[in-house]
Amino acid sequence: MAEVSFKGVKKSYGRVDVVKGVDIHINDGEFVVFIGPSGCGKSTLLRMIAGLEDITEGTLEIGGRVVNELQPKERGVAMVFQSYAIFPHMTVRENMAFGLTIAGASKPEKEQKVAEAARILQMEHLLDRRPSQLSGGQRQRVAIGRAITRKPAVFLFDEPLSNLDAALRMDMRMEIGRLRRQLGATMIYVTHDQVEAMTLADRIVVLKDGEVMQIGAPMELYHEPANRFVAGFLGAPSMNFLIVDILDLDGEAATVGNQSLEPIRVATRSRPFRKGGKAILGIRPQYLREAPSGKGMLHGTVALAERLGSETVVDLMLRDDRELIAAFDEDKIFEPGDALELIFDTALAHLFPEDG
Amino acid sequence: MVINPDNYGLRLFVRYLVLCLIALIFIFPLVFMINSSFKPDSQLLADTSSLRAFLPVGDISLDNYFGAFQRAPVGLFVFNSVLVTGMTVVLSLLICSLAAFSFTFLRWKGRDVMLSIVIATLIIPFEIIAIPLLLLVSKLPWIGLNGLELGWLNTYRVQIIPWIADGLTIFLFVQYFKGLPGELIEASRVEGASWWQVYYRVVMPLSGPVLATAAILKFLVMYNQYLWPLIVVQQENHRPVMVGLGYFFQLNVAWGEVMAYLTLITVPVLIFYLFLQRAFIASIASTGVKG
Repeated sequence: MAEVSFKGVKKSYGRVDVVKGVDIHINDGEFVVFIGPSGCGKSTLLRMIAGLEDITEGTLEIGGRVVNELQPKERGVAMVFQSYAIFPHMTVRENMAFGLTIAGASKPEKEQKVAEAARILQMEHLLDRRPSQLSGGQRQRVAIGRAITRKPAVFLFDEPLSNLDAALRMDMRMEIGRLRRQLGATMIYVTHDQVEAMTLADRIVVLKDGEVMQIGAPMELYHEPANRFVAGFLGAPSMNFLIVDILDLDGEAATVGNQSLEPIRVATRSRPFRKGGKAILGIRPQYLREAPSGKGMLHGTVALAERLGSETVVDLMLRDDRELIAAFDEDKIFEPGDALELIFDTALAHLFPEDG
Repeated sequence: MVINPDNYGLRLFVRYLVLCLIALIFIFPLVFMINSSFKPDSQLLADTSSLRAFLPVGDISLDNYFGAFQRAPVGLFVFNSVLVTGMTVVLSLLICSLAAFSFTFLRWKGRDVMLSIVIATLIIPFEIIAIPLLLLVSKLPWIGLNGLELGWLNTYRVQIIPWIADGLTIFLFVQYFKGLPGELIEASRVEGASWWQVYYRVVMPLSGPVLATAAILKFLVMYNQYLWPLIVVQQENHRPVMVGLGYFFQLNVAWGEVMAYLTLITVPVLIFYLFLQRAFIASIASTGVKG
């Protein structure tokens, strides 16, 4: 059993509250990603689970046991750090066996567990090297190996791929995904990279200013963001937000429009709006399509077009001088100044109150 | 002469020339001392006005060394100094690094104030506390082989214990520990290490450079001790080398014997330095790792 539960957890440094009452329940064997901008408290939450940060208020449970006052070693967790944090004075073998050595494991046991971890991570040939003789990716594998050997109930990853270059990051991401399937342990992963979050997570916890914005499966968050922050944070290029007038309001939908947008009906998803007021309309760039002249919902001129081969990203200037990004999944040629009309499926658009 | 800044060879030559000159300035007194230790006093004094003072020429013999051993128990003094210095260095590295570890990594009430006080002790000259310290150690109890004794005077411990912990050494360790990656410490904690295990399995093996620096500084301070042993040791059997020098300045001064004695007491310093220099270089080589 290795469920992890935050119940009303708060963390303050003096008068500054960095975590403001968080409730999260992570199931046994689940892969959960904490994501959010810098300073949102995601790493602090992870460090609380590890026992590296005190909890100011609330309770933290691991495997049904309150661990607030327990030392890191009593919690049954292993952590992989962004800077790898492998010991420079030890060989790879000694690094990987460190936790076992501390626990007083016998030599054969250490040998067997290190060999097993090395096999999983395909690094048997590196065991006698020192960290200075390894590349960044290899060092991170050693750090992961050190976590594996102890067979912890919960694995914690603190932005483990941030120090790697793009190509290596993708390899390691896939490796962590594979590892997760092999080990089946509870894994909690902190990142600010949404690709890592979307591809690895069973569930994502989006945080902002020490508060949980939304918890859900990656696609749930992508398609049904709870608020404007989540909507804008996930997805690349990020969601377009247009300030619109609420022209009409009936039950489950609102009719909205502005100078650049023809009146359209959008579901309110039970959010509070006021007829005659303003609202924020969110449309993902990928959902916009080019419309024949005179049939578009949105009207603007091309400011910049980036051709990426499989995709064309267009920066559009709308009639009301606001910017809009459209991403077409084919190679298209646009010139700056071209007039462009766009349509989209209104069922995929989101309407948010003006204050978020 | 105008030096072409692009002329690498010339710049290197000038650099080495300056370095050699500086080295010569430092090495001249040493060469003079060693050469003079083999010369009779009459020749030694005559040679001081010429370059011969730095050359092993003339009436060379080991007489001064035999004389030095007759005048003072040189072996005993060297033994005393090496014992006191060695013990103090080892204990100081242990105690001061433990204190610094606590100041750096452990969280306890009053920690920062305490560290400020420790560092503030750096500005107090030893001469100021010498007499209060003397009064203190003269009355301190000690349980030894002979049971309870009062007073530490005329012992090795009086030369060792007051010198074990000092602000400078603690400060050196604190500064070095603060530079160690915090995640290494956290990683070892998460891996299950107790603070004691973090200290000796992670922090100490990575502290080669500061151990070498602190050891050299402490060694020099201890080996050169004069005032303190002069006032706390009145008997010959615990006297260190610097106090022993006084034996050569009673009644008729034999400069050759002084030089022989100085040469003899320099040997442990050189051995210690050469030994630590190797440890120093090895420790730098093994810690050159960055994530």
